[in-house]
Amino acid sequence: MLWDALTLQLGYNATLVAIGATLLGISAGVTGTFLFLRKRALVSDAISHATLPGVCLGFMALVAFGGDGRNLIGLLAGSAVSAWVGLLCMNWLTRHTRLAEDAAVGAILSVFFGLGIVLLTVIQTMGVGRQAGLEGFLLGSTAGMLWADALVIAIGGAATLLLVMIIRRPMTMVAFDPEYAAARGLPVHRIDLAMMGLVMAVTVVGLKIVGLILIVALLIIPPVTARFWTDRSGRVVLLAGLAGGLAGYLGAAMSASAPNLPTGPIIVLVSFGFFALSLLLAPVRGVLAAVLRQLRFQRRVHIRQGLLALAQGQKIYEPLTLRLLRRAGFARADGVATEIGKARAAKALRDEKRWEIVRADQMHEATAALYDGLRDIETVLTQDQIAEIDRQIGGPQEVLA
Amino acid sequence: MNGEEFVPLSLTPLLIGTFAAIACALPGNFLVLRKQALIGDAISHVVLPGIVVAFLLTGTISTWPMMLGAAGAAVVAVVLIEAVRRLGQIEAGAAMGVVFTAMFAAGVLLLEQTYTSTVHLDVEHALYGNLESLIWLDAVGWSSVLDPVALAGLPPELPRIALTLLAVSVFVWLFWRPLKISTFDEGFARTIGVRTGVLGMALVITAAIAAVAAFDAVGSIIVIAMFICPPAAARMMTNRLETQIAWSIVFAILSAVSGYVLAGYGPLWLGAADAVSAAGMIATMSGLILAFAALWGPCRTRAGAPGTA
Repeated sequence: MLWDALTLQLGYNATLVAIGATLLGISAGVTGTFLFLRKRALVSDAISHATLPGVCLGFMALVAFGGDGRNLIGLLAGSAVSAWVGLLCMNWLTRHTRLAEDAAVGAILSVFFGLGIVLLTVIQTMGVGRQAGLEGFLLGSTAGMLWADALVIAIGGAATLLLVMIIRRPMTMVAFDPEYAAARGLPVHRIDLAMMGLVMAVTVVGLKIVGLILIVALLIIPPVTARFWTDRSGRVVLLAGLAGGLAGYLGAAMSASAPNLPTGPIIVLVSFGFFALSLLLAPVRGVLAAVLRQLRFQRRVHIRQGLLALAQGQKIYEPLTLRLLRRAGFARADGVATEIGKARAAKALRDEKRWEIVRADQMHEATAALYDGLRDIETVLTQDQIAEIDRQIGGPQEVLA
Repeated sequence: MNGEEFVPLSLTPLLIGTFAAIACALPGNFLVLRKQALIGDAISHVVLPGIVVAFLLTGTISTWPMMLGAAGAAVVAVVLIEAVRRLGQIEAGAAMGVVFTAMFAAGVLLLEQTYTSTVHLDVEHALYGNLESLIWLDAVGWSSVLDPVALAGLPPELPRIALTLLAVSVFVWLFWRPLKISTFDEGFARTIGVRTGVLGMALVITAAIAAVAAFDAVGSIIVIAMFICPPAAARMMTNRLETQIAWSIVFAILSAVSGYVLAGYGPLWLGAADAVSAAGMIATMSGLILAFAALWGPCRTRAGAPGTA
């Protein structure tokens, strides 16, 4: 069943939904990346909640002009207008009052959503048109998706992607260093608005599939996921698009494969699954990598301390140190150094002395800053420099009895 | 309107709405100042999976397991957000967005999976609450306020939210000095021995309790609106924390009362037959108050910010 869904064999509607969700996931991931890099991820929450009054007003307008209020383009246009108004209000609040951005986001989100709910109840009491679909915009409803709806989503998503590609460079610059961008003469404020306008476009396009509450997830989770894997912004954008698209496709397919699996939440959960995997497994920033790094570091410290102890003829009591030394072949089980161990221990002690000289010498200030007790001195100084230091240390001296 | 109609039908929803508004606005003051305003948003989203899981575990729609579930979910969410933020080195807003949307999605999914027609549990209810239905059927007029028999028939939400309000007020009153100091200057608070981490967590948990109790009575929209709008509006009125809190309470009461009245009677005045959502209207009114404060409040601009206003 799932295989059928994945290969788009489950009928017309399921195929439409899968394609729509994939396109939506790609454009949401790509657009959301800039929002995330600008550290304004939750702005999308305000934008998406602010669409609700627009949907309702659009519905009322459609009914007033004699339709049944089911025209997707009309509803989406309404939602775009109210989201834009909400966006401008939020921007005004952050720029012209003392409120921080998070308070402005929360205020716009709750007030617009509250207004939307008032309008929803007004529509319910009006008793006109076919209002049943309106609540679907809260959590998305893909059951009755039509070819025209899919077309709207596809065109909207593609247009958004195209716009992102066109203004990606200024957006990246503003995201990383707004002051520099301003100094270069870029209209930072307008670029921010454009970025949020794109987010708004994605939100509006995604209303039908995942609904206004969960579209936030598609805008935030894929970029965060992608950020784990790379430090280059271009690749983050691509990976976020990939993660979003894949989540959209898999989620839509899974939801089509069994009853009672609503599309929006499944897409979000698949996306979250990718995130959780990345959080654990990503090569540099992942938790597993960090744990391994920590363990490796711990081993190096123990071996280093153990070698210094061996060189100075001290007894080692720490069992981990002893075990590590034995495994490396530096010591026997009773804690006595092997031949290799003796050589390495002598070198460790000499390196320590070399570092001591380096750190006492103003000339080596930059090198001394690299000292962490573990770094091999050969990796920071040339042979000549080490020889010079060794000359200062001098040769072996006779120990007076 | 006379007491015979007002007391049974409007008094209790009005009181519940007002208490919920104040209970959320009080911790909201500190959250807004600490730039943690969206915690309320996150909590109100994750309440949904909490109550669904509580329902799955107990199989009943009784209040206490659900409130426990909601509170548990709130705590899980706060811990998860912190974990994601630290482990993944992700900015707080994005971490919050990742966690609460995923938990909300899980809640919706669970709800769809367990849906039975006998159970009244739906997402819309969670969002808008049912303030209008919290009527006091045993009351016959103002005299019932002193009548113990009638008082026994009060909707249980009223004593619960009153108790929550009391608890929140006591928390703020007891920890007033450390809260105030650590909100404005965390470093200084630490040097004089305030355990800021514990205090911050306690504040968030208090907020979560207020959110869960209010959510039970009035839905999540009011919760988010009341956490942010009255404190934000009050912030435009004054530079003193004491005055700000007083203003925020005034604004909270004002939006609850005006919102409820407008939702219940406004459409009638306009000639329509039915009332509109009270929760939505209260949120809208708080937004209007915020808009007025942002336009004309005496302390609306950032002190010393160049070229503003």
